[in-house]
Amino acid sequence: MTAKFVKQLLTAGFVLGTLFGAAAIPARADQSLLNVSYDPTREFYKDFNAAFAEKWKTDNGETVTIETSHGGSGKQARAVIDGLAADVVTLALEADVDAIAAKTGKIPADWKSRLDNNSAPYTSTIVFLVRKGNPKGIKDWGDLVKDDVAVITPNPKTSGGARWNFLAAWAWAKQANGGDDAKAEEFVTTLYKHVPVLDTGARGATTTFVQREQGDVLLSWENEAYLALNELGAGEFEIVTPSVSIKAEPSVALVDGNVDAKGTRKVAEAYLQYLYSDVGQKLAAKHYFRPAKPELADKADLARFADVKLATIDDFGGWKEAQAKFFADGGLFDKIYQPAQ
Amino acid sequence: MAHDTLQPDRVTSEGPLARGLLIATSLLFLLLILAMPLLAVFSEALRKGLPAFLDALKDEETFAAIRLTLLVAGISVPLNLVFGVAAAWTIAKFEFRGKAILSTLIDLPFSVSPVISGLVFVMLFGAQGYFGPLLASYGLQIIFAVPGLVLATIFVTFPFVARELIPLMQEQGNADEEAALSLGASGWQTFWHVTLPNIKWGLLYGVLLCNARAMGEFGAVSVVSGHIRGQTNTMPLQVEILYNEFNFMAAFAVAALLALLALVTLVLKSLLEYRFSAEIAASRRH
Amino acid sequence: MTLTSSKGWQFRQPSVLPGFRWTLGFTLVWLTLIVLVPLTGLFLKSSTLGWDAFWTLALEKRTLQALKISFGTAFLAALANVVFGTLLAWVLVRYRFPGKRIIDAMVDLPFALPTAVAGIALTTLYASKGWIGSLFAPLGIKIAFTPLGIVIALVFVGLPFVVRTVQPVLEELDREVEEAAATLGANRFQTIFRVLLPGLAPAVLTGFSLAFARGVGEYGSVIFIAGNVPFKSEIAPLLIVIKLEEFNYPAATAIAAVMLLLSFGLLFVINLIQAWSRRRYGYGA
Repeated sequence: MTAKFVKQLLTAGFVLGTLFGAAAIPARADQSLLNVSYDPTREFYKDFNAAFAEKWKTDNGETVTIETSHGGSGKQARAVIDGLAADVVTLALEADVDAIAAKTGKIPADWKSRLDNNSAPYTSTIVFLVRKGNPKGIKDWGDLVKDDVAVITPNPKTSGGARWNFLAAWAWAKQANGGDDAKAEEFVTTLYKHVPVLDTGARGATTTFVQREQGDVLLSWENEAYLALNELGAGEFEIVTPSVSIKAEPSVALVDGNVDAKGTRKVAEAYLQYLYSDVGQKLAAKHYFRPAKPELADKADLARFADVKLATIDDFGGWKEAQAKFFADGGLFDKIYQPAQ
Repeated sequence: MAHDTLQPDRVTSEGPLARGLLIATSLLFLLLILAMPLLAVFSEALRKGLPAFLDALKDEETFAAIRLTLLVAGISVPLNLVFGVAAAWTIAKFEFRGKAILSTLIDLPFSVSPVISGLVFVMLFGAQGYFGPLLASYGLQIIFAVPGLVLATIFVTFPFVARELIPLMQEQGNADEEAALSLGASGWQTFWHVTLPNIKWGLLYGVLLCNARAMGEFGAVSVVSGHIRGQTNTMPLQVEILYNEFNFMAAFAVAALLALLALVTLVLKSLLEYRFSAEIAASRRH
Repeated sequence: MTLTSSKGWQFRQPSVLPGFRWTLGFTLVWLTLIVLVPLTGLFLKSSTLGWDAFWTLALEKRTLQALKISFGTAFLAALANVVFGTLLAWVLVRYRFPGKRIIDAMVDLPFALPTAVAGIALTTLYASKGWIGSLFAPLGIKIAFTPLGIVIALVFVGLPFVVRTVQPVLEELDREVEEAAATLGANRFQTIFRVLLPGLAPAVLTGFSLAFARGVGEYGSVIFIAGNVPFKSEIAPLLIVIKLEEFNYPAATAIAAVMLLLSFGLLFVINLIQAWSRRRYGYGA
């Protein structure tokens, strides 16, 4: 009984293994591309990939399958550095693409100038999501540090979106105080005292605010905020656009080292170019990204974006400088939480 | 088992009041820590009714995730089964120097943060890792492919079978085996006919646990997966993806499936044990 | 390895049982391949940081605080699991009540449920607007997004370790010993504390150490419920992830190495205590 029993157990394991081993290797299409992206782009790329595959089929008669991988921007960049064979990367931060370029040499250092608009086919900005009727009367950044307001934002150390949140707050405080950096630092420090939960990613923060009902206001990507509004209960939340925000430029780049090894350069380049086409721009606008070429997008979609004064990353001296000053080890963000000596 | 053969009485059991109190306390604890989360998972999964639940599972990517999970568990569990028996035999049956260290090393994967369990393999086999360039020159992909998932899973579930068997075999002692050997049985015969029947249920148990954890592991697998949709996502990773797409119902449906899988195998094991309880009791009473 | 034998002292006590070489050999090979080589890689990587940088990082206030939170909450959770886990094992082995089989099966749930799902489910329940959290909120007790929430998550994660190590030993325990104690005039209380619990001690200790070790490194379930505020509810594994996001592998592995050494030390001490108590109470002899 026992010997048989163990034998059966073993065979069952191995049979299952081989059986599903064969099944898990998918049938290869003519060509396949891997787009390694960050969290809030899922819905957009789902539509865009279908559109591109169709276009490629009509133009070239080839079937192209586009595989996607989503996750936190930094984590995704790390995966590509460690050997994930991405043909293109579409990440939240220029700094993440720079890191791939620097650590692997698979992307040339001048990648940013290879595509229009600093290689950002769409941009976004940071807005507030508040509960229905805006009970705490939140209109602008200054209202976030009122005594009874709790702010939900993810951790800038682990979330790309959170870094844009931080910079947007800084930009507002600096302008409101006549360009005084010390005042801006003071404001941001106070702001983070109002944050009860630091999620590791933008999507986590959104669920904390929406599902867990924590906090009074969520600092969020504009497209994320609209998505939350549509998907998670229209009428329960409102979007508030602050007087000043930041122009967030998610970067896209071809991973030369990988496309050359896989022989997919042509289709990968076409894929990125297609983001700038009327189809790509229309889809971006439809998914609440601000298109790089608004003239190509639908007027109705564009009308949904509120006018807001946008600071840019250049106001902070570019990503390299901002990263070092604010978010690096021992940077300003770390100081906020340093207990009094 | 014991209560089948003995009437509970005051000397070897507690009074009805104490018994009731103990049962009630442990049930309340279970309710707060285990049952409620489980309930929350199922109530989310079935929020829109059973048909919607089944519909949510009918997704090509979810199917791919289920297949991949079965594949990874199907490879890792048998390997750890063989290892677990060997390790338990060495540690439980013999006294030797350095046993405490060996025993501690076997437990070590439990104390390694899942983030690190995945990372160590990335550092070995990733493009920047110690063996990365070598592997790349042969065109071998370990990380962000099935082998990496298997390695991380084996690492995480490494101690389960051994951990289940060691205390059991220590309790049972060597007397049975020594008797068999003195009666002229060979080493293998002793193992198959004496030891294995004694540890059979513990072994099955360890395998089930190992399997459950192999299928449910999230952290370590997440690091080595690459998250390519429909290709390198296991069920737990698929749960995360669906959750992050605000598709809460589908996310909890897949999670419920994992929980259900565990519950069914474990209830099945209980039933088997019940059916063969006479045999087990006999083997334990010698 | 430290296990090589040399003249002058005896590597192992003689035994008539066969298979020592074979099983020890296989165990060592597999252990080396799956656990030791990867972990050596970890230590090698952390050593590229340099001795000074390593200590600066390890002794940084924030690192120390995170380690304190991780080890403290894991300790409390393991302690809670020892009490309730042993009780549960007792109830499951000794008593009969309706639904026992289901409950027995349910104990393994934390192994099977992906940790992230557990984290999400627990946060849903214990947040101030959740089913359980809302019961405590009026009392001014916040559970989710505080260290208390971390403890809850770790109790969930560690429970099966204690139950499943204690349960089989409890089943093996001879009732005759209890009867003998009773015959000799011990009351039930004395029997439990003088006779039963000492016999269970090695298993309980194993369960404790496993639950503790698992809790220290846990990430998936904790991250949802912790709140992650530095110095308050930031766990050490999160610090590792933060270092990784900065592409700082040496620093990440250094923190991991510190955690690993601490856990290994603790596990080792517990294994020694266990071996000692087994010798003392004569089990496995």
